Amino acid sequence: MQLIIAEDLSKTYPMGQVTVDALKGLNFSIEKGSFVSFVGPSGSGKTTLLNLMGCLDRPSAGRLTVAGTEVAGLNRKDAARFRGKNIGFIFQSFNLIPVLSAFENVEYPLIMVQHVPGDERKRRVIELLDAVGMIDHSHQLPDQLSGGQKQRVAVARALVTHPDLVLADEPTANLDHDTAYGIIRLMKKIRKEVRTTFVFSTHDIRIIDEVEQIFRIEDGMLKTEG
Amino acid sequence: MPSLFKIAGRNLFRYKRRTALTLGLIALGVVFVSVFIAVTGSFKAMMIGQITDSFVGHLQIHRKGYLASIETLPLTLNLNPPAVKKAEQALQKTPGIEAYSPRIKFGAMFSNFMETSNIRLNGVFPQRETATVPMFPSRIHQGKPTITPGEMIVPELLAAGMKVKVGDTVVIIATNKDGSVNGKQFTVAGIIEPATGPGGRDGYIHIEDAMEVLRMDQMEVSEIAVRVKDFSRLHAAFNTLEGGLSQEKNKAGKPIFEVHTWEKLSPFYNISRMIDVMTLFIQLMLIAIVLISIMNVMIMAVYERVREIGTMAAIGTLPGKILSLFMVEGFVLGLLGALSGSLIGGAVIYIINLSKITFSFGRQEGMILSAGIDPVDLLMISGIVICISILASLQPAIKASRMDPIRALGYV
Repeated sequence: MQLIIAEDLSKTYPMGQVTVDALKGLNFSIEKGSFVSFVGPSGSGKTTLLNLMGCLDRPSAGRLTVAGTEVAGLNRKDAARFRGKNIGFIFQSFNLIPVLSAFENVEYPLIMVQHVPGDERKRRVIELLDAVGMIDHSHQLPDQLSGGQKQRVAVARALVTHPDLVLADEPTANLDHDTAYGIIRLMKKIRKEVRTTFVFSTHDIRIIDEVEQIFRIEDGMLKTEG
Repeated sequence: MPSLFKIAGRNLFRYKRRTALTLGLIALGVVFVSVFIAVTGSFKAMMIGQITDSFVGHLQIHRKGYLASIETLPLTLNLNPPAVKKAEQALQKTPGIEAYSPRIKFGAMFSNFMETSNIRLNGVFPQRETATVPMFPSRIHQGKPTITPGEMIVPELLAAGMKVKVGDTVVIIATNKDGSVNGKQFTVAGIIEPATGPGGRDGYIHIEDAMEVLRMDQMEVSEIAVRVKDFSRLHAAFNTLEGGLSQEKNKAGKPIFEVHTWEKLSPFYNISRMIDVMTLFIQLMLIAIVLISIMNVMIMAVYERVREIGTMAAIGTLPGKILSLFMVEGFVLGLLGALSGSLIGGAVIYIINLSKITFSFGRQEGMILSAGIDPVDLLMISGIVICISILASLQPAIKASRMDPIRALGYV
């Protein structure tokens, strides 16, 4: 079953007097439950594509269907609702909320986005913190955690809402070799357990070796698929 | 909502010094306003008490047109006996009236057999006058604090100028409304100190003596001074009384009576209004302080947390929730500032009262300042602070809620 379908997907940006074509007529599809990476050099359009799949931005042309929804037509509020329900995000800089503990960071989308009742919320947070090996650090604030620990918490936060899709933009870029491997293995393990689709944007060879499908982007165009 | 408050509280606690400074500024503003209201309110209440309880009374009833000519004390505009009766009936029907005192006021010549001067006189029933203006006896600082027929209370300035003492015999000569001149000897029973405002330098005689001097067969009174039981219900009593008396018409179909509160009768009311205007300006200053300080803090907060806002938006937090988060921060700042300011303000007012600060008003000296603030006023100040805090947070909160997540996530 296809989770993401892109047809002639394009994105252009006005930059001063000129228009920059960030994505040029991309066509691809991603299977539900797959572990996929978009790779390419900086400025190739990876992040732009992830922003479109994450409903953070709208395509300039073409169609993009995510989890059965044509996302190009979503307004700001509906896009936020769609993200809250269907998409988890993992960021390069972890982006944990600094005033919330590890537990509260994971709990945040369940309270503020999905309004999950207290007991169920607690169960899900503990389950995921346990799964990412952070249960013993659950009361620590982000600035008391290492980079790898922060990214584990971020993985738990991305998965706690049971999303169909997790988008990870350069998730290992700020991590050392061992930690990065640990995070990749963790995501792969969880993916199998929860049947969530993971889509990365990266040029990290460690991720590329681990993924099931690679899309290579150059100058906004899909070059190869493997 | 509890989570919004939790996050807001922690965000405020995150920048301790800035939050403390802002709270301090708001609290200082609240302290300043509450102490100002307490002190000026106390000053106002005491002054109003001095004026109404010394001679004016809370309300006065006159014949229509009397007040416009009050400087000449026209006997031709006195209330005749049927009108007095009607006024008394209306007073008895009006709830909340504690006492009333009819007065015959007139201008006369005052002589100590050596010198003669002019004087304004009030013919009163001493007991009724005391019931209506309870500070009347305390103003008589020499002699006895009341009068019987044949006795007179002389204003202090006249007594000093004409070297009149208690027990001396003096003569009053007056012209009645028909132009007939009459005189009568009086014994000085007391010397009365002046009070601030009109009528503060008047002399007093018994109302029967006033009728005799003016050759009145029946009592025709210049005014009826009225005291209400509860000063805060003054206007309710006024409305009832005026409503009743305005129905009374003369043969020409014109109203017989005019009723006025102390506000119309004393120039101090204008000072009282000025105090109210000053209080309003002080409140506006407080609003400005709160508005600027909260807005400044919240704008800073938004700029410092752009990436956080982007993360929250990316995760799926609705714009309304992000807006609420920042508005709750403003609300919490306002609430804490108002609470701490109210507490400190209460303490300052308590210390002022412990200090027993004295001041003078007119000839009244050594009046102790008794500062106090109505809890409703304190609630109103706190309410203003909280509302302005929320309002000041609105623009930064809207900015945060409308932030583009992509730009926010890429913000350095």
